[in-house]
Amino acid sequence: MPQEVLLSVKDLRTEFFSSKTSSVTAIHNITFDIYKGEILGLVGESGCGKSVTSLSIMQLLKDTPGKVTNGSAVLDGVDLVKADDAQIRDIRGGKMSMIFQEPMSALNPSMRIDKQMVETICLHRDMTKEQALAHAADMLKKVGIPDPPRVLKNYPHQLSGGMSQRVMIAMALSNDPKLLIADEPTTALDVTIQAQILDLMKKIQKEENSSILLITHDLGVVAEMCTRVIVMYAGKIVEEAPVETLFANPSHPYTQGLIASVPKLGSGVKVLPSIPGSVPDLSSMPTGCRFAPRCKYATDKCREKEPELVNIGENQKCRCWLKQEG
Amino acid sequence: MSNTQNEQVNTNPSFEENYIDENVSVQTNKTKEFIKKFMKRKTAVVAFAIMCFLLLIAVVGPSIAPYPADAYDYDNILAGPSARHWFGTDQFGRDIFSRILAGAPLTLGVSLSSVIVGAALGTVLGLLAGYYGGWLEMLVMRGADVLFSFPDILLAIAIVALLGPGIINVFIAVAVFTVPSFARIMRSATLTVKNSLYVEVARSLGCKDGRILFVHIFPGTLQSLIVNFTMRIGSAIMAASSLSFLGFGANVTDPEWGAMLSQSRSYLNTAPHMVYLPGLVIFITVLAFNLFGDGLRDTLDPKIK
Amino acid sequence: MEKNKLLSLKNVSKTFPVGKTLLGKPTKFVHAVNNVSFDVYEGETFSIVGESGCGKSTTGRLINHLLIPDSGEVWFQGKEISKISQDEMRPLRKDMQMIFQDPAGSLNPRMRVSELIEEPLLIHTDLDKEGRMKIVNELLGIVGLSAKHAQRFPHEFSGGQKQRIGIARALTVNPKLVIADEPISALDVSIQAQVLNLLHRLQETYKLTYVFISHDLSVVEMISDRIAVMYLGFVVETAPKDMLYKGPLHPYTKALLSAVPIPDPTLHKERIILEGDIPSTINLPKGCPFAARCNHCRPECLEKRPEPKEVEPGHVVACHLY
Repeated sequence: MPQEVLLSVKDLRTEFFSSKTSSVTAIHNITFDIYKGEILGLVGESGCGKSVTSLSIMQLLKDTPGKVTNGSAVLDGVDLVKADDAQIRDIRGGKMSMIFQEPMSALNPSMRIDKQMVETICLHRDMTKEQALAHAADMLKKVGIPDPPRVLKNYPHQLSGGMSQRVMIAMALSNDPKLLIADEPTTALDVTIQAQILDLMKKIQKEENSSILLITHDLGVVAEMCTRVIVMYAGKIVEEAPVETLFANPSHPYTQGLIASVPKLGSGVKVLPSIPGSVPDLSSMPTGCRFAPRCKYATDKCREKEPELVNIGENQKCRCWLKQEG
Repeated sequence: MSNTQNEQVNTNPSFEENYIDENVSVQTNKTKEFIKKFMKRKTAVVAFAIMCFLLLIAVVGPSIAPYPADAYDYDNILAGPSARHWFGTDQFGRDIFSRILAGAPLTLGVSLSSVIVGAALGTVLGLLAGYYGGWLEMLVMRGADVLFSFPDILLAIAIVALLGPGIINVFIAVAVFTVPSFARIMRSATLTVKNSLYVEVARSLGCKDGRILFVHIFPGTLQSLIVNFTMRIGSAIMAASSLSFLGFGANVTDPEWGAMLSQSRSYLNTAPHMVYLPGLVIFITVLAFNLFGDGLRDTLDPKIK
Repeated sequence: MEKNKLLSLKNVSKTFPVGKTLLGKPTKFVHAVNNVSFDVYEGETFSIVGESGCGKSTTGRLINHLLIPDSGEVWFQGKEISKISQDEMRPLRKDMQMIFQDPAGSLNPRMRVSELIEEPLLIHTDLDKEGRMKIVNELLGIVGLSAKHAQRFPHEFSGGQKQRIGIARALTVNPKLVIADEPISALDVSIQAQVLNLLHRLQETYKLTYVFISHDLSVVEMISDRIAVMYLGFVVETAPKDMLYKGPLHPYTKALLSAVPIPDPTLHKERIILEGDIPSTINLPKGCPFAARCNHCRPECLEKRPEPKEVEPGHVVACHLY
């Protein structure tokens, strides 16, 4: 079905410079699209580059040694990589906003919630302070906060983890963003609170028909939330597929291993198949396929030459020699 | 071919069990990295060079001095710097350069040894106070507070006034006023390390207090100890010189740097070099130790690149 | 049953003071663990599950004598250990080792891997250096690390490898009981399965008893024989695994089970979404600790604290509904 592309990321490459000449590449020419109204999951383990991807799209690498050295990320006709600071400021918090893993540290601890929210709203909307405050209260109500006027008067430290994540979401949604990037939004929360927040995100996404890029390591969350999934390993996309296909018929050995290694409630097994070894260091990547040293199917070819990401079926892409001829 | 191989491996359940994970990051040489990082700090490197030079002088100085420290040259009294007397001469015609060289072991020796003794005492007190807490901590910290409420030099004067003048008493005074700063720093460093998980682990393994304190906690506090140590040497030199300047320390005829300054006071108008040159040497010495300490602190701080 | 009790907690409570008046008297108390009782039998895996702040880690530390309970008794191998001194406790630690959540933090960064692993041997045995190194190298192999890395420092290893080092250290002295406090929650997904499998394999080889502390119900289901669910410092339900997962009784256990995301997009289960947040443990509610968030709350729940009741053999629940 023809879907409208909202954000198109092409050949995006981000390097981290330890000095002027030496660098490690955190993400390697990754290409993907986010369609309107979908929840795209970006899955991988720590160090796979999933968070760097989101920071690169949001242009939040300014104060780090990281730099986007190649590619583009086009949102609504604007290339975020080439956009100047003023343009980015306009887009960030407006058309595109982000929620983080640690809600506590993403909120300014010395500012009351009302001030932080009004500030965000007035930056992007033509509203008076009073209107903005009313809008902030509306947003808090929408994310299920029972007593918005009281919460608005609070400082972040007076809120619980779940509550501050709700405030973060309310803030991120206050300017009707077309794209919401959620970087591990529930990882720091308890299961029962996670269930609340996921429920909320799904509800709001449906109501607003916005798009969400959900970055997570939790396959359970992916299965429950996403329409499409991208799996990353060591800075590269290894598989891309609709969520049902991914879980029913994972094609890359890494995806297979990852799905198999998650305990499922009620499965009754005592031992899980697991992926041996550990993720390679960015500075010393193996030659050939990056997953080869941990892959039980690896052949000499895998260890010598790296496969490309190719279409292997309807909407499914995979980077593995086993799925490719030649 | 590849297919059959796949199935073979697939049915082999011990692929995981026999997998030895050798994917360990490259062995890093901490000393090498430390030196590399330190070398980036130019001022600290210069300070370090000066420091080494001064310590070398303290060892070999007296033997390479062009004149004996108490050789009188009555033809050249209060003479300015010249080719014969690089730093000029004093009111008895003694060569100031030679006296500075001869005084180096005295000044540096007193400061260094008093900081070592003070640091050792302060470290033990701080470690014990931080680890055991309770009344011991209370006692040590209140004691440190009392000593801290005097300005450094005033405290040293008070001690020397109590004990009487003399170089040994200067040594004691400087040592005593060094103790509280080490006690405080070591206590807070101990508290930080004590609350780290690996110390709790040590306790759960059944380590005795002594082992926890010296094997697990003390090495973790070494950084703050070393940095504070270099910083305190500067102030110890200042204090020792000041005491001698005030006449509490070394015998006025000794070539101690502070005593030399004290002697030259009355000739400030007629022979300013007598004040400036020893003063300059003290200044450079203190600055070198402090800058080196700063550089060391920055190098050891993992947050600073 | 002829199984031997290895560990037993009887009405154990622990509070921590917070806030102090001018005279140093605490003004408030956090009630971290309240009246907790359970038995752990030899050779089984007993899990304690709950969300953050429910007192599960404190319970682990109370068992390990890292914390001393305010009241109640802790029995280990037929000996009451909650009131004994550190010196009396030391020989017992040989039989009771602990694995911690944060693998990086639990290893002294200034010690080499061999020094870290041999430490329990130094404390509890008279082996010479050679004898100790033999055990160290053997254990490195058992946990899947190469003995040639024994002279490396912890920071050169990945998180999963560090946890393996921690496990090797816990096993050096052949303990009977291993308390594992969230041993895998700081690790990556693929590494979690590795470490779980390792723990499972070691249990079979060395006949270990585990007290497994975790917030992850799917993991707990895999590894446990019996489970205690904690909420706000109380044990609300204790049951053998199958009973708990197939027929949870306490409303909190039900909600907790329904909140776990299942990695299967075709499955759409009915979810119980709990209202509100976990209350603070400073002012404990007068009645049932869960009453404020419970869908089945009745007047008596707000008034009276429910006592643990054995509703079927081995299945104990503290709820007024039963």
